[in-house]
Parts: sequence; C-alpha cells; structure tokens
Amino acid sequence: MGTTIVLIGTRKGLAIARSTDDRRSWAMDDLHFSNQEVYSVAADSRRDPPRIFAGVGTGHWGPLLTYSDDLGQTWTEPAEPPIGFPAGSDAAVERVWQIQPAGAQQRDVVYAGVEPHALFKSEDGGESFALVEGLWQHPHRPSWEPGGGGACLHTVLPHPSDPGDILVAMSAAGVYRTRDGGASWHPANRGIQAAFLPEDQRFPEFGQCVHKVAFHRDRPDRLYAQNHFGVYRSEDRGDSWTAIESGLPSNFGFTVVVHPHHPDTVYLFPLQADGERFPPQAKCRVYRSENAGDSWESLSAGLPEDAYYGAVLRDAMVADAGNPGGIYFGTRLGEVFASRDDGDSWAMIAGHLPDILSVRVAEVA
Amino acid sequence: MSSRLLLPAALRHYAGDLREVEICTGTLGAVLDDLASRHPQLERRLRDERGRLRPHVLLFVDGVGVRGGAPMETQVPDGAEVFVAPAVSGG
Repeated sequence: MGTTIVLIGTRKGLAIARSTDDRRSWAMDDLHFSNQEVYSVAADSRRDPPRIFAGVGTGHWGPLLTYSDDLGQTWTEPAEPPIGFPAGSDAAVERVWQIQPAGAQQRDVVYAGVEPHALFKSEDGGESFALVEGLWQHPHRPSWEPGGGGACLHTVLPHPSDPGDILVAMSAAGVYRTRDGGASWHPANRGIQAAFLPEDQRFPEFGQCVHKVAFHRDRPDRLYAQNHFGVYRSEDRGDSWTAIESGLPSNFGFTVVVHPHHPDTVYLFPLQADGERFPPQAKCRVYRSENAGDSWESLSAGLPEDAYYGAVLRDAMVADAGNPGGIYFGTRLGEVFASRDDGDSWAMIAGHLPDILSVRVAEVA
Repeated sequence: MSSRLLLPAALRHYAGDLREVEICTGTLGAVLDDLASRHPQLERRLRDERGRLRPHVLLFVDGVGVRGGAPMETQVPDGAEVFVAPAVSGG
C-alpha cells in the first residue's frame, strides 16, 4: 500500500500529513517554512516520486517558488530566481497563487499564476518560468481590477490532451481561454453575473470575480465555477455558463472540486455572503451534487455540530485519486477534514494549525 | 576597499549563516549588484526583479535610512556599515 501525502499551505508555514494505511490515520511533519505564508502548493505526479512545489511568501523578503524531489525533506531554491517579470515590464511578482502541472503529454511543462495578474510557463519541470506574454499584453489588462485578495491569477486549467488549450481565472477579471498555447486569449464569461456591479451592467464581457474553476480530466469541456455570488456550469469549455444553484443555502463561496472518477459529482463549501464569510447558519457543511449541479445535498457526518465560523478558501479543498474518492478541505480555523468515502463521512485529520490557504494531495507508490 | 552588510537573523541563512558579509563600495545599486553575484538568494530578498527595494525592506547606511528619492544612488563609502532592519510589521 502506498503513502498519501496531504500538503497544507497555511498563513505561517507548510504542514504535511502522511498516511500509509489507506487514509485511515495520519502523521504530521513539523511545519516547513515556519512563519511564512504558503499560498500555493502542488504535486507533480508525472514524476516518481512526485515533485512537490510551494509558493511561499517570505514576508518582507518577497515571494519564493520552490520545490522538493524528496517529498518535502529538502527544498530547492535555484541560484537564478525561478520566476520573475522580464526587464522592461515594470512589474514584480508579489505572490505565487497557483502552480499547475500541464497534461501528461507535456511532461516538463508547469504553469504558475501570480499576482499581479500574470501567467508564467516552465518547460523544464518548474526550475525556471517565463512570462506568457500573450496574456500580459492583453488589451483588457489595464481594466482588470483586483479582488479582495489581490490582483491574482489564481486558477490555471490546461486541457488534458490539447497543449494549446488553456483556461485561466483571475480575480476580478474573470475567465480567459487560449487555443493557441497562450499567444492569444479571449474572455469566457458569457452568462456569469458580476453581482457587485450596477444592475444594468451585471453581465460584462469580463470583470467577473471568479473564485475557482474546476473540471474533470475525462470531460474537459464541462467546467464548474464558484464565483463571488454565483455557482455555474459550462458544457462548452467556457463559451457559455448556466447557474447551478438550486438547493444551495448560498451561492457565495470560494472553492469547487470535482470527484476524481465521476465528472457529474462536484463539491462546494458555501459561505453566507461576502460581508459574512461564515458557513450558512454557522454549520460546517460540504455540499455535493451527483448530477452536475442540478441538485445539491449537504454532507455533515463527522463534521462539527456546534457553531462553526471557519471559511474554506479557493484552493483549500481538493480530491485525491482514490476509489472511493478522498476529499479534503482546510479551514481558516486551522483544521483539515477528510473523507475517504466520496464525502459520505468525514474526520478531522489535522487541527490547531495556522489559517489554511491551500491544500493538495499526492499519492506515492 | 570594502564595507559591511549587517544581516538580521532571518537572512543569515542566505549568507552561509554569517551575521555580516563584506560588500564593495560605490552606489548602493552597484553594491547590491555585486552582492547578487556572490549571494543571489540574499540579494533577491532585498530587491525585486526591477531592482527596487522590496516594500518593507529598510536599509541604513551608517545609520541613515535610504528610503525615498533614488535609494540605489546612495553612496556606500569605504568602511561603511549597511544595516538591514529586521521585519517588524505583520501579525
């Protein structure tokens, strides 16, 4: 039996939980990157063992994109900065929000989404990254506003089999798609509401505050999006979107995750509102749909029953590749809950951590 | 001719765990360019990729703060102490 590794990026370091008994019990490492924020983590499972990435904010000392090839025992920081804007762009990377390995065909391609709104691409497995100029030069960019968390490109969704087809999501600029590998980009927000704009301007071409987009690799044309007020599905890889909110207690939240084996099964952690970033009725509940968002059920077995005020941020929920599926989420109260039965029941696998920002999972043979 | 860069605890790891490193003299920009060739991981924590001091980094040359104006033009004379203030903001 292999080892399951959960990477837990927090406001003050990276926690790593390891299980060797099919996700029943967990052992925790000491905190890595102590007192530094870890906004993004990733595991590149195209390598054996997986290469683990961390986007670390070193406080006053700037951002750091680093990786480990020994499952977190040691971390590599190249002599040359791995990521940075080219001379003349008059910008500096403030934070690495997303690290995303590309499809299996592009074994050494890794993408990184940063603040300010920009996409970087590595073709050497993540040792060095170059700015994707096509997006940086987009004529809309001067009009892209920051979201509450910053001017972040927080989601990168490479098509699993078409290297030219990539989606990105940015707060508060919306979803953009390229079909030519990043040379040209077009907004992909039709049908998505920007609830915070004046009533007659709520369906703009771009400017929506998208919080997260997810898809299943077997069905890449179907996307799910959790927005700043709004949960949506697209069946045409972002050309159009339809609201899928029936049965949800709120359409606000940050995260959305698709089941590892069932493209119709999707998970949310709704929050009450932007001005009330708590679970509705202070109940810690995951919402699951098994019909692509047409209806939703609340999942509570094993989750706290007392009043709960922890939010789940955009990258703090994830699925593993197990069967039944493992679903994990970390909260701003520093707790990580996990299910090893598709979400039917849950258990806390880590607590008393700092505010959780990002969660990812890797499996090692 | 040389001067010294005095490091807070958080940065000593990037200079071989030393409390201070020898630096050249000249403008602060030239000093940090030279530092980058010897201790790149240290230099990148002081300046971003545009060559600007990071927003919360405070440097003092012989006790005088270099914020404002053109900090990279500040002269670092022979024998100077360049003090890197420790991080003090945050929660």
